[in-house]
Amino acid sequence: MVNPTNTPSTGISGQDNPGGLSGWLYPQKNRMFILMTLAVIAMLIPLVSNNYGLEVMTNVWFYVMLCLGLNIVVGYAGLLDLGYAAFFAVGAYTTGILTSQFGVNFWLTIPVAVCVSACAGLIIGGPTLRLRSDYLAIVTLGFGEIVRIIARNLEITGGASGLIGIERPTIFGFQLNQIIHFYYVFLILAILACFVSYRLQHSRLGRAWQYVREDEDAAEAMGINRVAVKLYAYVIGAIFGGVAGCFFAAKMTAISPETFMFQQSVLILLGVVLGGMGKIPGVIIGAFALVLFPEVFRGLGSMRMLVFAVVMLIIMLYRPEGIWPAKKS
Amino acid sequence: MALLEVNNLALSFAGLHVIKELDFSIEEGSIASLIGPNGAGKTSVFNCLTGFYKPTAGDIVFNGKSITRRKPHKITRQGMARTFQNLRLFKSMTVLENVMSGMHCRSSAGPVGAIFRTGFQQKEEATINEFSETCLDFVGLLGAKDRVASNLAYGDQRRVEWARALATQPKLLLLDEPAAGLNHDEKQQLIELINRIRDQLNITIFLIEHDMGLVMKVSEKITVIDYGEKIAQGNAEEIQSNPKVIEAYLGKEEDETA
Repeated sequence: MVNPTNTPSTGISGQDNPGGLSGWLYPQKNRMFILMTLAVIAMLIPLVSNNYGLEVMTNVWFYVMLCLGLNIVVGYAGLLDLGYAAFFAVGAYTTGILTSQFGVNFWLTIPVAVCVSACAGLIIGGPTLRLRSDYLAIVTLGFGEIVRIIARNLEITGGASGLIGIERPTIFGFQLNQIIHFYYVFLILAILACFVSYRLQHSRLGRAWQYVREDEDAAEAMGINRVAVKLYAYVIGAIFGGVAGCFFAAKMTAISPETFMFQQSVLILLGVVLGGMGKIPGVIIGAFALVLFPEVFRGLGSMRMLVFAVVMLIIMLYRPEGIWPAKKS
Repeated sequence: MALLEVNNLALSFAGLHVIKELDFSIEEGSIASLIGPNGAGKTSVFNCLTGFYKPTAGDIVFNGKSITRRKPHKITRQGMARTFQNLRLFKSMTVLENVMSGMHCRSSAGPVGAIFRTGFQQKEEATINEFSETCLDFVGLLGAKDRVASNLAYGDQRRVEWARALATQPKLLLLDEPAAGLNHDEKQQLIELINRIRDQLNITIFLIEHDMGLVMKVSEKITVIDYGEKIAQGNAEEIQSNPKVIEAYLGKEEDETA
C-alpha cells in the first residue's frame, strides 16, 4: 500500500510545485527546464512503481489526453460539451470493429478513427452552432447518449456485451502487452496532446477561439468566421478523443457501451473545469486529481466518493477559475 | 465614384419600421456622418451595412459589389470595418492580441500550420505581429501592447478598438459614436486621428456621433435621419440651417416632447 500511493503523489507534487509559485513568469528557458524535469520524472516512474501504480498512472495519462481534447472545445472555444465520451467511444469502436472483425492492423485503424471522429465532430458541431451554453449542453448530452445507445443495439458493435478480443498492437514485431508498455504509450500520447494543444493555443486559430469565446459579435465584426472556428474546435477535440479511444481499446482488448456512459463525459469535463479551463497545466492537474484522488483515498472505502465530491465543491467555491492560477491579472 | 451606395434600404422588426427607404452614398476618401435624435435608427443602419441585421428591402453596394445580406465576416473581408457604440474589446486579452484579431481576415494559416509551425505559418505570424504593432503605433498605444485590455483607461480602450479596426485594412471605417465618454482633450485627439486616418491611410470614414461640435468640424457630408427616414443631407452649414433638422432635434413649438 505504501508504494502505490507514494508513486502517484510524486507525480502530483511534481506538477503542483510551479502552481504554488503564483505568476509562473519564468523565462522560456526555465520553463523548458521544468518541463524537461517533469518529463524525466514521468519516464522514470516505472522504475520505482509496482504494477498497481503503473496502472493508475497510465490511467492518469489517458485522462490527460481526454481532458486536453475536451479543453479545446470547452476551454478554448467556450462551448459546453456534456457528451465528450461519444468521441472517445467512436475511436474505441472504430479500432475495436476493424481489428476484431476485419483483421485490420491496429496502426491502420488510427487514421480511420481520426476521420470517423472528425465526422462525428462535424455532426455534433454543425447543427449546434447557433446554440448557446445551456441549450448546447442539452444537445451534446443527447448526442453522447445516442452514440452509446447505438453501440448497444448494433450487431457490429457487439450489442450490450460489447467487443472482445481486440488485438494488441505490435511495433516492429514487438507486441505491446505489458502495463509498462502501455504506460509509455499513454505517456507519449499525453505529451503529444500537450504539445499540440500548446501550439494550437498560440496560433491564429487559438486566438480566434479566444475571440469568439470572449465576444462573438465583435469577433465577427473583425472578420472571423464564427462557424468555421467553432467547427475546428469540435473536430480537433473529437480527434483527440477518438485517438485516445483507439489506444484505450487496444489496452483493454475489450470494450462495452457502459464504458462510455454519461458519467464518463461528466468526469472528463470535471477534470477540465477543476484544473482551470483553457490552461494546459491546469487541465493536467485536473486529470491527475480526477484519477488519483479516488485511488489515494481508497482506504476510506465507500465514503471516498463523498469526500471527493466535498473536496471538489470546496475547490470550486474557493477557486472558481480552477486550481491553476490565471496567467494575466 | 461612390465607395458605398445605399438604395431604398428598409428594416423592420415584426412590423416596426426601424429604417424606411433610406438612400445615401459615400464618396471614396471622404469623411461622412450620420446624425439624428436618439432612437432614430443610426446604429441599425450600421448593423445593416456590416451584416449584423438583414435588411428587409433595399440594396447596399460597396466598392462596386452588392453586399446586401452578406455575413459580417465577409463584409469585413471586403474592406468595411466598424467600431461599436459600447466598447466591445476582448477584455481578458492583451492590447496586442486584441489588435491582432483584425488581421485574422488577412491571414490564412490553419491547424496544420499551427501544429508544425511551418515556414509559411511563422512568416504569417510575424506579419500579423508587425502590422498590429504598426496599427497600435498609429493610434499612439504601442507602449501598452502587453497590457490586458480591460485594465486600460476608457479613452485608451477606445483607441485599441480603432487600432483593431484599422488592422482589418479597411477601405471604409464605420465609427459608432467614437467620442462617447471622451473628455475634451481626447476629443481633440480624436478629430486629429480621424483626419490622419483619412489623409495618411486613405481610408474613407463614416461616423455616427452625438457631439455636434465634432460632427460639424470633421464631416464633409452629413446625413440626418429621424424615425428611420432621411430628413436632410448636406454639409455642416446646410444642416445647421435646415428647418427640418432643427425641428427633429428641438421639436416644433407646439410639440415639446419630441
